[in-house]
Amino acid sequence: MAWLDRPASDTQITHRSRLWLYGLGVLVLAFLALPTLIVIPMSFSHSQYLEFPPRQWSLRWYEAYFASASWMAATATSLKAGVCTALLATPVGTLAAYGLHVSRLRFAGIAILALLTPTIVPVILVGIALFYAFVQLKMVNSFLGIVLAHTILAVPIVMMIVGSALKSFDLDQERVARSLGATRTQAFVQVTMPQIGFSIVTSALLSFLTSFDEVVVSLFVSGGDNSTLTRAMFMALRDQIDPTIAAISTIMIVITSLLLAASQWWGKSDG
Amino acid sequence: MSAPALNLSRDVDGDFHAAALRRDHWRERLGQAALAAPALLLVGVMVLLPVGWLFGLSFQDDAGAPSLEHYRRMLAEPSYGRTFRTTFEISLATTAICILLGYPLAYFLSQLPRRAANLCMIAVLLPFWTSLLVRTYAWLVLLQRSGLINTWGMDLGLWSEPLQLVHNVGGTLIGMVHIMLPFLVLPLYSTMRGIDGDLLRAASSLGSTPAHGFWSVFFPLSLPGLAAGSALVFVLCLGFYVTPAMLGGGKVTMVSNRIANDIELFFNWGAASALGVVLLAITLVVLVLAARLSRGAGLFGGGH
Repeated sequence: MAWLDRPASDTQITHRSRLWLYGLGVLVLAFLALPTLIVIPMSFSHSQYLEFPPRQWSLRWYEAYFASASWMAATATSLKAGVCTALLATPVGTLAAYGLHVSRLRFAGIAILALLTPTIVPVILVGIALFYAFVQLKMVNSFLGIVLAHTILAVPIVMMIVGSALKSFDLDQERVARSLGATRTQAFVQVTMPQIGFSIVTSALLSFLTSFDEVVVSLFVSGGDNSTLTRAMFMALRDQIDPTIAAISTIMIVITSLLLAASQWWGKSDG
Repeated sequence: MSAPALNLSRDVDGDFHAAALRRDHWRERLGQAALAAPALLLVGVMVLLPVGWLFGLSFQDDAGAPSLEHYRRMLAEPSYGRTFRTTFEISLATTAICILLGYPLAYFLSQLPRRAANLCMIAVLLPFWTSLLVRTYAWLVLLQRSGLINTWGMDLGLWSEPLQLVHNVGGTLIGMVHIMLPFLVLPLYSTMRGIDGDLLRAASSLGSTPAHGFWSVFFPLSLPGLAAGSALVFVLCLGFYVTPAMLGGGKVTMVSNRIANDIELFFNWGAASALGVVLLAITLVVLVLAARLSRGAGLFGGGH
């Protein structure tokens, strides 16, 4: 155990006098990671009370989920809304980030601030404001309403990710392409886009997740035949702790992990 | 006269070309900025306009005449004061607990070799991106009367009766700390990574003890990240809805929950809008104060 007495950092403190820090760090990491992960084995429990470890394993909660027409409809709505949000927010946010970055107008700073307001305004206020607007426009519980609402929440995320990628991109490359005869669009599509491609894909994945996981705004603007999965879960949890939701949660954790892993993998293969 | 060389080049033709070039340049820059138009239109129509509408509603009485009735009622009725006090107390407590747990965690991560730190970061980032609802549900399952914490606590003989761990303030705090912790750790960690190790080496070579070196060199340099993270956590807590609604069991009414109740149960748009306006104002004040305090340290980036 000689390593314990070696210096552990630039302050020359030894590992031994730092054991408490290691212990505390691991405990807090466990506090962060375990509660979500423990739902996974519990969802395979046969019991109504979700034991850990399950005394009897079963797929009954997954069967209940896949057999329920209303859960399936809500899942379909959420998946479709997530895809549409990603398809809308990614180009809109990328164009805004690119345009404001290259134009360098004084007004760009104000525009960026305006575009980030959805992250500053408390989400409950966005929810009831949209609800109010949709009531006037007869768009409450409409699919288009959900997608538009989720898009404004996702656009700031796209802008932050693509914007930070553009900061490290050398715009002279685009100028070179244009001096060699490329049009502005060609220069963007053939020179700039491939180099910020990783950020664009990441922002599309995170736009999907933003929509798929969104609760508060969905509570107000979705409903009826167009209830999102999160809204249906929230409503179900108001009444009782339904074990079916453990199965749904597990599926959602798997989807999130796969998307994050995909964006990491994409980043690596992209170099 | 004093610069004849300059005058030579400024013939009429040159002036004309320069003006045309400038015009072209401006047209191009405006064209580029116009790429932001769809995004601006979306945010303008979907956020600024509706929120402005609510702003207007909050200054009207039920008949539609201009009045400060909703704000007056907010000051007069003690239940509103209670809601705001609960909101502030819970937000402050959550932020304080997040600092107590998050600072050591960020420090621990910043001292690990990069590879190990990145691995541990998964444990921070995975919950960060996992649905809020899923995580709140997990705590509901763990903390309920027949839940894991109560079962294990009683099996170990720590307590004999199932404890009421959820549907109260304690349960809400646990859930909120769990959700907010990554928002504190991420900016703090990036600030700590940016601190130059040579400064600490210098401190120790000048004879400072490890603890003294930490408190007099490392800690002050980490403060901008701590301020940014704490402000972010506090502001996000102020507007929190889902966790208090699910883990509070109706006993924890924060401003957001009250707004939702006003709409869903009482259809009182004026009262809800007024609450929303006050919540937004408080949020902006906290953000501006935080930006002042951290003096441009980059509220969201955890600048160096």
